[in-house]
Amino acid sequence: MRVHVPLDAAAKALGSDEVAAAIQAEAARRGVEVTLVRNGSRGMVWLEPLVEVATDLGRMAFGPMTTADVAALFDDLKAHPKALGLTEELPWMLRQTRLTFARCGVIDPLSLEEYELHLGLKGLKRALSLSDADIVAEVRDSGLRGRGGAGFPTGIKWETVRTAKADQKYIVCNADEGDSATFADRMLMEGDPFTLIEGMAIAGLAVGATKGYVYTRSEYPDAVAQMTKAIQIARAAGVLGASVLGSGRAFDMEVRVGAGAYVCGEETSLLNSLEGKRGVVRAKPPLPALQGFLGKPTVVNNVISLASVPVILDRGAAFYKNFGMGRSQGTMALQLAGNVKYGGLFETAFGLTLGEIVDDIGGGTATGRPVKAVQVGGPLGAWFPRALFDTPFTYEDFAARGGLIGHAGLTLADDSVDMLKMARFALEFCAIESCGKCTPCRLGAVRGVETVDRIARGDAAAIPLLTDLCETMKSGSLCALGGFTPYPVMSALTHFPGDFAVMREAAE
Amino acid sequence: MTSHDPQLVHRVREILNDHKGMEGPLLPILHAVQHAFGFVPQEAIPVIAEELQMTRAEVHGVVSFYHDYRDHPPAAHTVRLCRAEACQALGAERVAAHAKAKLGVDWHGQAHGVALEPVFCLGLCACGPAAQVDGKLVARLDEDKFDAILGGMI
Repeated sequence: MRVHVPLDAAAKALGSDEVAAAIQAEAARRGVEVTLVRNGSRGMVWLEPLVEVATDLGRMAFGPMTTADVAALFDDLKAHPKALGLTEELPWMLRQTRLTFARCGVIDPLSLEEYELHLGLKGLKRALSLSDADIVAEVRDSGLRGRGGAGFPTGIKWETVRTAKADQKYIVCNADEGDSATFADRMLMEGDPFTLIEGMAIAGLAVGATKGYVYTRSEYPDAVAQMTKAIQIARAAGVLGASVLGSGRAFDMEVRVGAGAYVCGEETSLLNSLEGKRGVVRAKPPLPALQGFLGKPTVVNNVISLASVPVILDRGAAFYKNFGMGRSQGTMALQLAGNVKYGGLFETAFGLTLGEIVDDIGGGTATGRPVKAVQVGGPLGAWFPRALFDTPFTYEDFAARGGLIGHAGLTLADDSVDMLKMARFALEFCAIESCGKCTPCRLGAVRGVETVDRIARGDAAAIPLLTDLCETMKSGSLCALGGFTPYPVMSALTHFPGDFAVMREAAE
Repeated sequence: MTSHDPQLVHRVREILNDHKGMEGPLLPILHAVQHAFGFVPQEAIPVIAEELQMTRAEVHGVVSFYHDYRDHPPAAHTVRLCRAEACQALGAERVAAHAKAKLGVDWHGQAHGVALEPVFCLGLCACGPAAQVDGKLVARLDEDKFDAILGGMI
């Protein structure tokens, strides 16, 4: 009997370790031989722990499992009270286009053999047969843009680093996924770490970098452990090291762990932190592509950007580019979070409307109350009211509506949410996490909290002050922390004036 | 300034040796020091500064910048509650208020050997409110679950 029980942190937080132990104990009690595989998550977090049992027809899914449900797994599977059917045929799976997450939840994350069986390393092998310029061209032509939030074309960044002259270049993976509502990086690192390794190795070949770093969070101990093990395995197998897959070309990498500073998700803060400094933002220029880690040309890409590269190299730019809409090409790993009925990770081509994502895929709220607002793109993203649910999920359409897609995390909130409180929280968070380098962010966030408090006390004169302050933060901050905090604040004020009492009075 | 604790200096030097040749070694060194002592002792700072050819002020600046590094020993138990938006949407603020009242402390306070710390996102945003109790992740936290966890600690 072959059983899959996820080791994903969310599955563990919901009891998957206890379920795994119960399966082994029950198997021993019954004298049944069980091969227990600890896979990544399929992304259906509301069904975690999601246990799968291999059958002749395919893998059957059961969830959400508790230890009390374990014994029945050894009886008639179809009669199991938590039986969901074949995993691959669940509507959530059928509706997706899994390119970057094709293997996540499917394979044993630390089995290089299974990785290769599921088309792993094909992209890297093809890259080894191409010139550096051709690898960059393939990535450029795929239309891949930074999945961390900024949406900068990956191929153009790589070309800048490729053509830079230096004795040493670096690939730095930004895995400092601190945004609330986002967990795609974590899920990939835990569930399919070799894909990130392969993507970074391809990036190294493309730009002439021999060393890579994955900078991730101390809040992600499982991802840190899993990435570290995967790198050791890849090195032992010759995927990493002095001669990548026997090519004679070197690339190696290591994991670095942050220390609880949100701002280190900003690429220049991240580089300072990686160098062992305070995670303070650097002014640009110089671009990290030219003077990045230790002053050397450096590619800084998000986990999902780099993990999308292997499939692009394997299937070709045209294949990838074919998905999506307008200038938002390929797929995006949507993360449905907060008060959502069907929460989890859903990879799909760009272009669904926000309403389809929230109502059809997410199924509305977990509490069953109406969705009042959806914050798209993490703590620095705008809150969208139902009136804007026709917005297609693309970089451009969200920007046109005063928002951003960021890392594609969506926080749903029901009608009990107080948007004035959320605006205040955004500013409070900015004040706690500001690196202190630039004044609009350092002081603006603190003054912003005070100004929202004035509005809460009924001071209508504070509203234009808050608007003005947000303008200053937006245009005067060095990085996205101060620059984008106005998004949640102003969207709350604009779309939900009823929650700002003085505005309600003014209207009456 | 020299340290008066030769054992501490010895251990810090061992850690520094383990990180020789590393690019940008300060954060890994500080993580290792905190792992060894439970916090980053004041006396460790001049030893690190000397080895890395930094000033003590520079090392102190790095230690104080990051939320993770403590300058005092940790409580016997630590409960970290996520305060971020996705968890708030499922009642994290209500649970936090309950936790504060139960322990009689505010954020960063401790009582009965339990420290209450905020955290901004544990990546469990589809199954909040999330918490981390002595390193172990907990999903869908509510008042009853918190009380049960607390009951197991004090």
